[in-house]
Amino acid sequence: MKKVLIPLVLFIGLVIFLAVGLKRDPREIPSPLVGKPAPHFSLFTLEPGDTKFSPIEMQGQVWMLNVWATWCVACREEHPVLVAFSDKNQVPIVGLSYKEIQPQDPAYKSPFDEKLKLARERSQVWLKRHGNPYMTTVMDLDGRVGINYGVYGVPETYVIDKTGVIRYKYVGAVTPALLADKILPLIAELNKS
Amino acid sequence: MIPELGNFALMLAAVVAVMQGVLPIAGTLVRDPQLQVTLQSLARPTAALQFGLVALAFAALAAAFLSNDFSVLYVAQHSNSLLPKPYQFAAVWGGHEGSLLLWVLLLALWTVSVAVFSRSLPLDMVARVIGVLGLLSVGFLLFILITSNPFERLLPAALDGKDLNPLLQDPGLVIHPPMLYMGYVGMAVAFAFAVSALMSGRLDAAWARWSRPWTVIAWTFLTFGIGLGSWWAYYELGWGGWWFWDPVENASLMPWLVGTALIHSLMVTEKRGSFKAWTVLLAIAAFSLSLLGTFLVRSGVLTSVHAFASDPKRGVFILVFLAVVVGASLTLFAWRAPRVALGGRMELVSRESLLLANSVLLVVATAAVLLGTIYPLIIDALNLGKLSVGPPYFNAVFAPLLVPTVFLMIPGSVARWREANVREIAYQLRWTALGAALLGLLLPFVLGGWSIGAAFGLFLGCWVALGTAQQVLLRLRKPGRIAASFWGQHTAHLGMAVLVIGITGVKCYEVERDVRMQIGDVVTIAPYTFRLNSLDEVRGPNYKAVRADVQVLRNDKIIEILQPEKRRYFSSAMAMTEAGIDSGFMRDLYVSLGEPLNDARTEWSMRVYYKPFVPWLWGGVLLMVLGGVLAALDRRYRK
Repeated sequence: MKKVLIPLVLFIGLVIFLAVGLKRDPREIPSPLVGKPAPHFSLFTLEPGDTKFSPIEMQGQVWMLNVWATWCVACREEHPVLVAFSDKNQVPIVGLSYKEIQPQDPAYKSPFDEKLKLARERSQVWLKRHGNPYMTTVMDLDGRVGINYGVYGVPETYVIDKTGVIRYKYVGAVTPALLADKILPLIAELNKS
Repeated sequence: MIPELGNFALMLAAVVAVMQGVLPIAGTLVRDPQLQVTLQSLARPTAALQFGLVALAFAALAAAFLSNDFSVLYVAQHSNSLLPKPYQFAAVWGGHEGSLLLWVLLLALWTVSVAVFSRSLPLDMVARVIGVLGLLSVGFLLFILITSNPFERLLPAALDGKDLNPLLQDPGLVIHPPMLYMGYVGMAVAFAFAVSALMSGRLDAAWARWSRPWTVIAWTFLTFGIGLGSWWAYYELGWGGWWFWDPVENASLMPWLVGTALIHSLMVTEKRGSFKAWTVLLAIAAFSLSLLGTFLVRSGVLTSVHAFASDPKRGVFILVFLAVVVGASLTLFAWRAPRVALGGRMELVSRESLLLANSVLLVVATAAVLLGTIYPLIIDALNLGKLSVGPPYFNAVFAPLLVPTVFLMIPGSVARWREANVREIAYQLRWTALGAALLGLLLPFVLGGWSIGAAFGLFLGCWVALGTAQQVLLRLRKPGRIAASFWGQHTAHLGMAVLVIGITGVKCYEVERDVRMQIGDVVTIAPYTFRLNSLDEVRGPNYKAVRADVQVLRNDKIIEILQPEKRRYFSSAMAMTEAGIDSGFMRDLYVSLGEPLNDARTEWSMRVYYKPFVPWLWGGVLLMVLGGVLAALDRRYRK
């Protein structure tokens, strides 16, 4: 007799799953690197000259790595949030300028030095205009460091602890809510230990 | 001014749709006979008025596109002054908002068609059907007005538009969405008939007969729409695939499978009065799956190449709408079905039992596709991790379910109604079975290599083709006029046979070479030789392209020159691949340009494919479409 109710019950189950699914973001991808040491690199910084930066310099403090580029539209949306965040909080943010010169760019085929110069100029102009939340920015021109970090799309943000282990990764533009609810509590906790 | 007019027309349409949805149905519930007739008679005029208003809104949006009115946000996002005129018009449905408007327009068109072609129906039935369709229109119109208004202004206006996604600038994609939507929305008519029958409590042969032509027409459009999408993906995406088990493809396949089951089930209900409850359920399911597809595409819960930019508000709206529509109809079903749907008895072996077996198989296949499509979502909702389900799952699950379905097509159409005899059927089909088995065993040798998969697939295809031919020949020997629906049935079945052979041929015998080529280089896929002759820069209206000239030689004679292109559209810097294809009866030769491998762009990665039987895929689909058209033209339906 109750057979006729089966379709309705199945459908209600489906709607519940769909409703829960609606709150999830299919783009929130767990990174296998969370819980693993941050990959090593040594890259030129934004400032002219031969200064290089390596994550080893950050040993002993909790810091954030933010992947960005001047061509990235979502970064423009994210940037004011990061600037406001860095004004208020004492968490060092390191910028990783990811593939600043894109393949379709006429300058793509120029020698490395010229590309580096151009990328530095562009990035500096951009940061002057939009504000600079970064302690320093490193230039990942060919994107190799990005590959090691499993960069999925720009922007991306990583939280790295005192011992150099990645604790959190977020793909996409960070929002004030994400910073307040997830990242700041995590940083506070990591700072205590 | 014109966009505001369109917006206003859309709001009025929503008001009229509310009247169309509420008053005629109210007319079936009141007691006063005078009032009954008055209210029920409102169904047709309100449906016509609603269609007129939605058409006006659609025309207003089209006008905004054709006059390059970039002060309309939607136009600025999806068009460009350099875009050729036909594509400017097609851009109306090139994004989320406009494609919803197209959806509502087609729903109104179907409703008006029902209003016009339902003279022989009792007035109360017409009132219910048009009322239910009106309520669906209300839902979609509110969806547009609340979450996705295409008439929103952009201040200050953009100087030029962002251009239509280059992927969509293609004749195939211009007609793919309207055809597919005609199918999706057409399922709403079958749905409305089923819900009306449940409301009235008269689930009889008449209901099934009224539903049949509408369902067949909707199914025909859906078949054509899916085929077009597949064809487009094949020549435009540049990797020679024609089905990817993408969530959105699945969303169109599911209503198709259930719609196929529904067509056959309706026939049994009309002829024999059996399994009424099952048929009603299929009618509800076919449209519900169309709605579910809309939800999956528009809400962003799944990642897909087709998914539009998502907005959580839209997802919530569609989910609520889906829950209300499907929940209400399934509740109505649970309430009414036990009382009204006492179907006739059925023998274990009979045409009806075989058709029932087939529709159960189709439903199980649908469930398997549904499960695979939403499995990532379920796992995520249960916090069990993130995963995706790919073609291996679908191929492994879908093929074994499709094989018996296709096999049963022949005994199902040979067996007698009421009671059939297995031995009799076997005796009748003995030569067909032998012929198909021989062809299945031997054809693979001719085609270039025996394998169990090839033999089995070819057997199945030949079985359906020969079985269909046998029935047609037997019928031709008998006297009497042959109904259009007879030709429809067998043309569509033959189409399925051709499709099965096509799929088997492509899967088992395609040869793919991914190579690196410079001008003068040669690739050979016996018996064809491909030679890269030249690479030229060419210019289109809104793009620049590199075009390769590839000579195809057979026995040292040039049989064709293929010109694959790599296009770069000015507005988006997005690279697009146009494959060069030579189609024969038995095979396609397919060349597409990959990426330049050196700075001078003189060396390219190229895909050179030999694709046997691909034309059979499209041929099979077209035969099915033709079958649907013939079946819908049957004289019986015009009485």
